[in-house]
Amino acid sequence: MSGERLAIMGGRVIDPANGVDALVSVYIAGDLIVAVGDKPEGFATDQEIDAEGQIVCPGFVDLCARLREPGQEYKATIASETAAAAAAGVTTLCCPPDTRRVIDTPALVNLLRERADSVGKARVIPIGALTRGLQGKELSSMMALKAAGCVAVGNAYAPVENLLVLRRALEYAANCGLLVIVRPEEPALRNRGCVHDGAVGSRLGLPVIPVSAETVAVAQTLVLAGQTGAKVHFGQLSSARAVAMIAEAQSQGVAVSADVAVHQLHLTESAVDGFDANAHVSPPFRSQADRDCLREGLAKGVLGAICSDHQPHDPNAKLDAFPATEPGISSLETMLPLSLQLVEAGVLDLSSVIARLAHGPAVIMGLGAGTLSPGARADVCLFDTRLEWVVAGTDWLSRGINTPFYGSKFKGRVTRTLLSGRTVHCR
Amino acid sequence: MNKSIQFDAAGRLRHFLTIDGLSRELLVRIMDVAESFSSVTEQQVKKVPLLRGKTIVNLFFENSTRTRNTFELAAKRLSADVLNVNIATSATSKGESLLDTIRNIEAMHVDMFVVRHEASGAAHFIARHVAPHISVVNAGDGSHSHPTQAMLDMFTIRQYKGDFSKLKVAIVGDILHSRVARSEILALNALGTAEVRVVAPKTLLPDDPEGLGVKVFHDVDQGLAGVDVVIMLRLQKERMSGAFLPSEHEYFTYFGLTEERLAKANPDAIVMHPGPINRGVEIDSRVADGPQSVILRQVGNGIAVRMAVMSMVLGGYVDALGVTS
Repeated sequence: MSGERLAIMGGRVIDPANGVDALVSVYIAGDLIVAVGDKPEGFATDQEIDAEGQIVCPGFVDLCARLREPGQEYKATIASETAAAAAAGVTTLCCPPDTRRVIDTPALVNLLRERADSVGKARVIPIGALTRGLQGKELSSMMALKAAGCVAVGNAYAPVENLLVLRRALEYAANCGLLVIVRPEEPALRNRGCVHDGAVGSRLGLPVIPVSAETVAVAQTLVLAGQTGAKVHFGQLSSARAVAMIAEAQSQGVAVSADVAVHQLHLTESAVDGFDANAHVSPPFRSQADRDCLREGLAKGVLGAICSDHQPHDPNAKLDAFPATEPGISSLETMLPLSLQLVEAGVLDLSSVIARLAHGPAVIMGLGAGTLSPGARADVCLFDTRLEWVVAGTDWLSRGINTPFYGSKFKGRVTRTLLSGRTVHCR
Repeated sequence: MNKSIQFDAAGRLRHFLTIDGLSRELLVRIMDVAESFSSVTEQQVKKVPLLRGKTIVNLFFENSTRTRNTFELAAKRLSADVLNVNIATSATSKGESLLDTIRNIEAMHVDMFVVRHEASGAAHFIARHVAPHISVVNAGDGSHSHPTQAMLDMFTIRQYKGDFSKLKVAIVGDILHSRVARSEILALNALGTAEVRVVAPKTLLPDDPEGLGVKVFHDVDQGLAGVDVVIMLRLQKERMSGAFLPSEHEYFTYFGLTEERLAKANPDAIVMHPGPINRGVEIDSRVADGPQSVILRQVGNGIAVRMAVMSMVLGGYVDALGVTS
């Protein structure tokens, strides 16, 4: 490192972990934050970044983003998606293990990290597979995965064969000190469903996924987490009932956390009306009441993080009859403006939104990121809440432009992203 | 955006995909045009030249004999050329995508696709991606919509009963999986039917069925009490293996339409069924072949209604028949 000295001047610095919300400067030396506020003695600024009118905050930590590499490079690559992350203010990306070649060996973990490092746009944290090949039958080599740097394991969309395997997997993960990320869904109840079991699904005659597919899985996992002492994180919740169950468990002192995908805080089942395949997402968009409870759970901290649940697709993935299309939304580049809409809607204040995007997810994963504390790595996001733009997908860095927000007018865009003190995106 | 896809910029019917969003006036006009075609089908020479030179493709991704036959006859009686493409045993089994299949047939300069597909939303998807001069008529997509069946049923009800505003109609059977039921409910409500009922066990009803605009009954005797029209739905054998129902025998015992049950309805009630019927499963033979049954009339009406829809969608026909819009 050259040890270049940067000063980000004149912006509104919001660092929820340290209770900072003030018009101050941020001082960076090399790849580390050295101070927020007064200029440290003897700090000779090499480069000054004018942040007037901007928000300056920690780089975001995304708990669930699919990069599609290795194996599905026709959809996206580590290079394309980490560039999209940088444009979205995301400096740390956790990627689920369900790449075409499953992340269940140290070699795959290292491959992903090395490729991400060579691109240098964002830090990639691979989530290891909970079971070998995500087959749901045998345990993955969790100790080896941990030695390779994994901090969490999970089975992504793949079901675990039975509750005995889940129990053993949770026990073994607890033994390894690994966080277990569970995307709760009982496969038998999901069946071949693709939309919420509600008014719109009834009218369109589409196969449905009942709320119980989520709540049954949450209940089973909570019982086993309590029994095994495993640290469990629920990813991408969709229902009010699941939020209530997790809130209750938290109030009883169970070590359990949860996140929500940013689009679930906005859209409801009505988004699929007219068979818009871009709104085909898993878990499905549910009722207005569910959406409102997700917002409330986020405000109360039951849901500690907003994630992108980014799933870039090739165009063909969405070109078929609705049930035959692949679920998922390319969502990195809409995550910030959608999150800022929560401030305008009175759900959260700006500082809390930033907390759910940065420090909250970092704490869940046990990463020392998401803050501007002196000594922390200088991952910084600058954004302008006034910048207006229309979603067209044409200027996106993500290779996937599958979004239900086409034509939406958004306010707020990232203007600069620093990764370890280095500018990786500038608008 | 989703509903207006059926109309062109001038507000004319361009595709016929769903009853959802169609006005009462339009539904009545379809029946009026069908009425005018009924006489054509009874003549010695059963042809009118309305669609001469047009090419209609029956694109069936799901097996169906009856619906395809009546669409084919309807097209031929309008003097159109007809191409039958049975995809269930054709291109997609070779890995060709749905869109590629459509593009290929489109390149043969056709004017209309009549589409039957096992996935809900398939007709909408095709309508959204076809060339601007091509119309799409939905001949049944998944559990979503079967609008020409609904219209031929409305046409049949009108022939026997006249004014919808005085009618009580009961639809009995597998509402959950039925595109026919969904389309009928929309059409009956659009036409101002006094009361639309569905009668089914909970396993064969979707979430919040009242939201579809119906009164829900789980007991068939109560559901049939005082109705003017009984529409029975076909019960698929898969419903037993899928744990929706214990057995055909139990279904017939508790939901099957027998003469005793039919006696709960109004004495002049008519009995309908979209076919093909399962005798002794959802309906007793004595009822299916009895004096109140209009099942075969429905089949005949299917041709007239499909002629009406195809000619209206491809346009330029109405004045020739002297039917004003």
